[in-house]
Amino acid sequence: MAPTLPATTGTGPQAVREQPETEARPDTEAQRAFDRAVAAEERIEPRDWMPDAYRATLVRQIAQHAHSEIIGMQPEANWITRAPSLRRKAILIAKVQDEAGHGLYLYSAAETLGVSREELLEKLHSGRQKYSSIFNYPTLTWADVGAIGWLVDGAAITNQVPLCRCSYGPYARAMVRICKEESFHQRQGYELLLALSRGTPAQHAMAQDAVNRWWWPSLMMFGPPDAESEHSAQSMAWNIKRHSNDELRQRFVDICVPQAEALGLTLPDPDLRWNEERGHYDHGPIDWEEFRQVLRGRGPCNAQRLEQRRRAHREGAWVRRAAAAHAARQAAHREQEQERERGRGRGREEAA
Amino acid sequence: MGDDALVLSHRLAEWLGHAPELEEELALANISLDLLGQARAFYALAGDEDALAYRREEREFRNVQLVERPNGDFAHTIARQLFFSVWQELLFGGLAGGTGPVAGVAAKAVKETAYHRDHAEQWTVRLGDGTEESHVRMQQAVDALWRYTGELFQPLDGRAEQDGPEVSMEELRREWRERIETVLGRATLAVPDGPDADAWSAGAGRQGVHTEPFGRMLAEMQYLHRSHPGAVW
Repeated sequence: MAPTLPATTGTGPQAVREQPETEARPDTEAQRAFDRAVAAEERIEPRDWMPDAYRATLVRQIAQHAHSEIIGMQPEANWITRAPSLRRKAILIAKVQDEAGHGLYLYSAAETLGVSREELLEKLHSGRQKYSSIFNYPTLTWADVGAIGWLVDGAAITNQVPLCRCSYGPYARAMVRICKEESFHQRQGYELLLALSRGTPAQHAMAQDAVNRWWWPSLMMFGPPDAESEHSAQSMAWNIKRHSNDELRQRFVDICVPQAEALGLTLPDPDLRWNEERGHYDHGPIDWEEFRQVLRGRGPCNAQRLEQRRRAHREGAWVRRAAAAHAARQAAHREQEQERERGRGRGREEAA
Repeated sequence: MGDDALVLSHRLAEWLGHAPELEEELALANISLDLLGQARAFYALAGDEDALAYRREEREFRNVQLVERPNGDFAHTIARQLFFSVWQELLFGGLAGGTGPVAGVAAKAVKETAYHRDHAEQWTVRLGDGTEESHVRMQQAVDALWRYTGELFQPLDGRAEQDGPEVSMEELRREWRERIETVLGRATLAVPDGPDADAWSAGAGRQGVHTEPFGRMLAEMQYLHRSHPGAVW
């Protein structure tokens, strides 16, 4: 999308401060150009004018997405040191490494909207910004690593593939890269479960138990039912969101049922059956009360996840301070060097 | 050498989810993964990787004690990495000149090792020449781990050198010492004058005599594999 206002030189806080003035007159040329661009499926870029509410929604969503990547490292890292084979251990380390990378892409995408990673982390640590509710469940056995790959990453992909076409360019581009890696993780999770399912009776039971515990929380990843989703309508109008929560959830269920059959595992829902008329699987009711409890911070691992994140940040503070102090000293040295260089240059000129 | 890589890889992986910043989560995971790859390549020359990693006991592991030292704070992790990576880069550089399978593994690993060494050097300088607190912590880490460095220069198991060129441990020690002194100097840190090669424990890890935390590390690493004898993962 072509900028309709003089491009600001940066995307930092200054760029944000310039917005409200225009925002007060929503039918300005800027607003109309924005609406046209969204309607024409064009990409909004960091220097383009955008409504404040659009910016705020994106900051909230991208930050929450980034936080989910870094909190999501914890339940899986919990099993790295106990991984049962070197091959599985290598796969798991690579996966957790990818998640840190996804967190980095997403914080960078959020920063194009005029917020800093530090601010966002502060909001995560103080509980003012959320992360995906799924990561508040514990990983109790090795099979949980497979269930997370298959179901949790599967649900994430179902949610995120449409975001590759979202109207905000930096977010859409981050999602293209992330989705590629996520699909890979999902296949690896499926393959891990398949090995367990076809393994010894104890391994099979471990896989089934993990699927039983992760199935419903995975369905909750799509968010509340459409009727109760407060941000949905606006996000769809802005082309940030492409499908409703219930649509995506249905798509996910339809994909998972045959996969579970192929795995030789069952899904823990007695009401799950094919509905000829709809051409979809019907599923049983979701325990939304549990969902609300987890979102309110009362899930099984909320306190633990947040505390580990805060501790890592707190205990790493001296390292970050050292890096900053060293960088400042280096910069000062360079400046002195340049100053001396200039001094010598002037000396030569005068001599000449 | 496979045991060195496996054990240090495991220690670095313990950092995941706990690193001081996101970039370090990535870097430590990356180094851990490289080392795990090296361990698997060395194990492949010796037999079944999982049997070697998961079904040997403490006394059968031949890694140097340096790599099994607990992570401690970030400075301890960096000091351990610096001492080990400089050694590994020099050793692999020498071994890579050979023609046998060990030379092949070393030749691939030496590139990764240069990156690990660069990362450790940069952090040593940043922490040593950072704030007062980071300087003190980095010096403490260097001092605490110094006594474990002597073991790096004990003669290696003959098999490593069978197909490689002679790597003189005396020469390795001199080069290692020079490079470490340079980095510590840039970091405004003192080279410890305590024992290293003469420490009584030097060479113990290579004979299967380890430090106490190592047994607990193995207990965690091996528990699942050992709970399901004969299972395929």
